[in-house]
Amino acid sequence: MKEFTPAPDSASIVSVTDRVKPVTLGMGVTSAHFLGPRVAFVGAEEKVAFVDAKGEITSVAVHSGGILSTASDGKRLIMGGDDGKVVSLDAKGEVTLLATDPKRRWIDAVALHPDGAYAWSAGKTATVKSGKTEEKSLDVPSTVGGLAFAPKGLRLAIAHYNGATLWFPNMEGSAEFLPWAGSHLGVTFSPDNKFLVTSMHESALHGWRLADNRHMRMTGYPGRVRSMSWSAGGKGLATSGADTVIIWPFASKDGPMGKEPAMLAPLQARVAVVACHPKNDILACGYSDGTVLMVRLEDGAEILVRRNGTPPVAAIAWNAKGTLLAFADENGDAGLLEL
Amino acid sequence: MSEATASKIPVTVLTGYLGAGKTTLLNRILSENHGKKYAVIVNEFGEIGIDNDLIIGADEEVFEMNNGCICCTVRGDLVRIMDGLMKRKGKFDAIIVETTGLADPAPVAQTFFVDEDVQKNARLDAVVTVADAKWLSDRLKDAPEAKNQIAFADVIVLNKTDLVTKAELAEVEARIRAINPYAKLHRTERCSVALADVLDRGAFDLDRILDIEPDFLNADDHDHDHDHHGHDHHHHDHGHGLKHYHDEDMQSLSLKTDKPLDPDVFMPWLQNLVQVEGGKILRSKGILAFRDDDDRYVFQGVHMMLEGNHQRKWKEGEARESRLVFIGRELPEELIRTGFESCIVS
Repeated sequence: MKEFTPAPDSASIVSVTDRVKPVTLGMGVTSAHFLGPRVAFVGAEEKVAFVDAKGEITSVAVHSGGILSTASDGKRLIMGGDDGKVVSLDAKGEVTLLATDPKRRWIDAVALHPDGAYAWSAGKTATVKSGKTEEKSLDVPSTVGGLAFAPKGLRLAIAHYNGATLWFPNMEGSAEFLPWAGSHLGVTFSPDNKFLVTSMHESALHGWRLADNRHMRMTGYPGRVRSMSWSAGGKGLATSGADTVIIWPFASKDGPMGKEPAMLAPLQARVAVVACHPKNDILACGYSDGTVLMVRLEDGAEILVRRNGTPPVAAIAWNAKGTLLAFADENGDAGLLEL
Repeated sequence: MSEATASKIPVTVLTGYLGAGKTTLLNRILSENHGKKYAVIVNEFGEIGIDNDLIIGADEEVFEMNNGCICCTVRGDLVRIMDGLMKRKGKFDAIIVETTGLADPAPVAQTFFVDEDVQKNARLDAVVTVADAKWLSDRLKDAPEAKNQIAFADVIVLNKTDLVTKAELAEVEARIRAINPYAKLHRTERCSVALADVLDRGAFDLDRILDIEPDFLNADDHDHDHDHHGHDHHHHDHGHGLKHYHDEDMQSLSLKTDKPLDPDVFMPWLQNLVQVEGGKILRSKGILAFRDDDDRYVFQGVHMMLEGNHQRKWKEGEARESRLVFIGRELPEELIRTGFESCIVS
């Protein structure tokens, strides 16, 4: 069959579309995460669908409304909902209620630390719960846009309007404000703990080198950056928001200061989601027209995983070993690819 | 309405000074038997009883956009809420945003034009302002927010008319008209207004810009009858009892010509005008007849933001007349008039 089907964009592109196991989830999907051997597709509301290697689906109810935020460490997911609840879901499918906002406000952002600490935000308040210690909260000047734990130490980055705040929850008075005008929505630390990067409401990223708080402006996107992924070893930050995957260089001590980003895999569609391979210099990306590609960072060589012509790709993830790729579009038409 | 517009969720913005009756109107909308589900975005979350399944508390966070456009502010909380609400698509048919009494409607409206994601899913239907017949005249003197809300409105619900005399009512209406003669005005007691008069107005829909006439000149002004029942008939002149006020700082400006406009002159002029004077211009609207163009061109704008398009063919026998309306604060009238004149094909 495959030799008779022309590739959509280029006659020479290698295609593995026939090796993808299609899965119909029947729900809107917002993200995907591997938990143990199964992939967990987080629904837009109420449910998470586990899919195993055979394509078998098991649904778990997690929220009684929209699921607004998700974080994963590979062992469990934590999620925040418009029901004011923070819940966790482990690889066995067990759901635990972690917190309920007293006013049932939306839980806009969540973060998960490698040591098991977790954080969430409702309105202007970010809260951290670590081990057996009490919950600790910090109010920032405006609604929290995003949360991220530093890779080392118990330190939380809080993105908000006009900058980001860095906070050691166990140290009184430790909040440090990194100003930059504009609304900051997403936030991520580089894996080497040297840089903090935020995605902004306008189509740009902003970065700070944490040693001296020097600014890094990363602009030029035609659309908002909603997906960011660090490449293996943290050498680059791959991002959505343009009609190519934009990868900012972070290998040197100056990060992307004064450098041009790499632009790979151009299509006539907007990159919607990106996920870097955990070990190799490869990334997978999904586009607004439903296309999914695997791209080699070194030379931009592309492999077609899924054809265009469907709703935008909403979720993409690798398992920890990098042997399985999962993706789903906004309507819940998903796929699993074993490499 | 185009298909793209029809599939977007309509958003009604409900403004009004403190105590005018916004929540009364909101509850009236929600309690009517319309078979529709609304998502309601309110402030002062939970303080006043609102009977609805989907209520979201907002913080009215006004953000400046980093795009060099000084009056380009958006409601950051709305961007976030709209993003979250879209996860529950299909659970509601329309959205109502209730602002606080002190809110400026512009950032709310601009959110629906500036933000790519919001614009993809939702469309601003109309700004509905509830005004208190008894106190509005005073508020227009001492509260710039109240004036803003009147100037910005597509629909004005003049409420608590039972608490004022006819003369007071005429006075407050005249003051409203001095600022905004184009909004549809409905006189109500306890916000008793037909839903069709406040919802699904398409006030920002280019396809529905039909004419630009002051509301009180339109023949379908059904309130008009009331004036003739009263014994004080003899007070009224041919202007339906409206005294002519001139608001010191907030006005509307109407321009008209039956000669064709030169699009190569007009477009840059309009763009430049809103760039330079956009801080003063709250709303703008126009129906335009261009030289050698058989299509009507329509536009509408909020501060510096403009959108425009060819709407349809001029009809047979229809007067090819261009009309523009600006509502704003301290409008540079001479500058605008002269600029407009220069766009007319001589």
